[in-house]
Amino acid sequence: MSTLTRPHELSHLGVLEAEAVHIFREAVAEFERPVLLFSGGKDSIVMLHLASRAFAPAPIPFPVLHVDTGHNFPEVLTYRDLAVKRAGVRLLVAGVQQYIDEGRLHERADGTRNPLQTVPLLDAIRDNRFDVVFGGGRRDEEKARAKERVFSLRDEFGQWDPRRQRPELWSLYNGRHRPGEHVRVFPLSNWTELDVWQYIDQEPIILPSIYFAHRREVFRRGGMWLAPGAWGGPRDGEPVEIRSVRYRTVGDMSCTGAVDSTARTVPEVIAEIAASTLTERGASRADDRMSEAAMEDRKREGYF
Amino acid sequence: MTTLLEPALATGSLLRLATAGSVDDGKSTLVGRLLHDLRVVMPDQLAAVERVSRERGLAAPDLALLTDGLRAEREQGITIDVAYRYFATPKRRFILADTPGHVQYTRNMVTGASTAQLAVILVDARHGVVEQTRRHAAVAALLRVPQIVLLVNKMDLVGFDKNVYAEISADFERYLERLGVDDPVSIPISALRGDNVVEPSAAMDWYQGPTLLRHLEEVPPAPDPAEQRARFPVQYVIRVGEHDYRGYAGQLVSGVLRPGDDVVVLPSNRRSTIAGIDIAGRPVNEAFAPQSVTLRLADDLDVARGELIATAGSAPEPTRELTATVCHLAERTLRAGDRVLLRHTTRTVQAIVTELVHTLDVTTLETGAGPEALHVNDIARIRLRTAEPIAADDYAVNRHTGSFVLIDPSIGDTLTAGLIGGRP
Repeated sequence: MSTLTRPHELSHLGVLEAEAVHIFREAVAEFERPVLLFSGGKDSIVMLHLASRAFAPAPIPFPVLHVDTGHNFPEVLTYRDLAVKRAGVRLLVAGVQQYIDEGRLHERADGTRNPLQTVPLLDAIRDNRFDVVFGGGRRDEEKARAKERVFSLRDEFGQWDPRRQRPELWSLYNGRHRPGEHVRVFPLSNWTELDVWQYIDQEPIILPSIYFAHRREVFRRGGMWLAPGAWGGPRDGEPVEIRSVRYRTVGDMSCTGAVDSTARTVPEVIAEIAASTLTERGASRADDRMSEAAMEDRKREGYF
Repeated sequence: MTTLLEPALATGSLLRLATAGSVDDGKSTLVGRLLHDLRVVMPDQLAAVERVSRERGLAAPDLALLTDGLRAEREQGITIDVAYRYFATPKRRFILADTPGHVQYTRNMVTGASTAQLAVILVDARHGVVEQTRRHAAVAALLRVPQIVLLVNKMDLVGFDKNVYAEISADFERYLERLGVDDPVSIPISALRGDNVVEPSAAMDWYQGPTLLRHLEEVPPAPDPAEQRARFPVQYVIRVGEHDYRGYAGQLVSGVLRPGDDVVVLPSNRRSTIAGIDIAGRPVNEAFAPQSVTLRLADDLDVARGELIATAGSAPEPTRELTATVCHLAERTLRAGDRVLLRHTTRTVQAIVTELVHTLDVTTLETGAGPEALHVNDIARIRLRTAEPIAADDYAVNRHTGSFVLIDPSIGDTLTAGLIGGRP
């Protein structure tokens, strides 16, 4: 179904795609050492697809970086390796587990490892001298993100200072930075969760299986369905049951919740999202619910 | 109202809009109302707003909490920065740049208006057109936002009086005429009650026009590319092998291009013909704005990033002398003699500010004397000389090839937004 009326009118997805491709090309032209954060989640999968379209017929001119918490869904790791191979890009992995084993990071009392990703990420950026880091962040995800620029300057500690943001006018992105600083670039800034799913439906994009309804052992914690695993769940008094669920986001197993679902195809997922009464992050990310300003705090510290 | 599933399945067009209003005119309530009535605000967000409002001892949920995203803003009860909101109907997707009314509002509104196809300006029906309304309208007109909509809000507080609305909208039209804007639309609303926002108002049956949402859905989108001159700033050169493939990647900012078109590359003024156009590595029969494409030229020209490809015969004349209306964005002042970087399309060149001609009071539309320096939020006419020629259009003709920003060469900050040409 289309409501477009003119021969030379792009659909909203066409406009968003053109903008994202423009952003990728701007960053690659203006910087020397780009890298794309790739988690195997749907946003980073769409990013990889857009990057390949932006530079075709040449290969994607940068590697991808996965910050591995050590508690990832095995389906997602399998998918990651396959997707990277298909796209012909080099994969770098920064492992939280290695930092814990070496005593440089310590496990949190709640077992959640998402906040621990910041140090390995910043070390990888420094060691590889990356000057621009593509992230899949969207402004519709969260209130703090709603004010983030497409080109977002970070200091040598990876920190985001909302008061020091540069005004961003027209499509003129200012990526100037000093040695030691880097810039996070968000090509999907203006996409919504629904846009991402519609784009996945329109394009030949394959997702990891956990995005679709499947039967899985889960238990209830903090109002979410979590999957048992080596990361430490469930505790006593947290009974495990089998339910038909899918994941709306893909992150660390300890804090990424599944939602009850029967959606087995992309259009069925789109219909479920449209009828949903919970935001994507509210429904499935414990890490954003820790405090009212949780996302802002982690962004200031150099998180994605 | 339509069902919720429809927008999800429809492929509509996209409209970017910016809202402006002063502190107490109900802008947050309006944005909250739109998001609420279109079911963008989910119950979990609403519950969080209700909880925080209760903790602060407020009687009713403060919908501004939905949009004030940063901790400092919530703690101080102010809005620091432009925030972007997203909503959809079966016909269209909307990106709303929500610009704060008080702190740094000129800077923020210039930023929000730079990409907007439509500006929504609010006034309080009890106060009518005030100085801030004129300022917002002037900034929208200056930035050439194609459509301006006046919302006469709080109609419930003036007894839904037709004459109050008629007087305010006539007053506003007179001011816009001085700004060179024809046919603004004005709508009487009550954001608090929802009258004429999404649903038509039962209390104002004398108003025959569309609701705000209906207007947003039906207003013509961006100008038709077929009626514009083609402009293609080269972003990046895509090469495969030594001779296998060389394409110029970029976004067509205006117009239509087809294989076989004669083009000129500026500022070097070399001519060629388009041999092919690719999207994602596959050839297409034509490209139109705002598509991101890759052009292949018939001749071996070695075009670089920063050059402009335009249709031969309608190309701009490259120049090193620019006159522009600027809005100064930074705390650091700008003075005649300052050396800056000028970023125009994909090209960055050195430039010197040669003259601060005069300031512009956007409320009275009067020009002041040539200032010593430009301070944050100042609007002024200035002249610049660039180290390399720039292929620029008048901003009035093309918002992409007619705009630039000035950058501090030492710390890299964005200093000033510029609109080329226009009234002296």
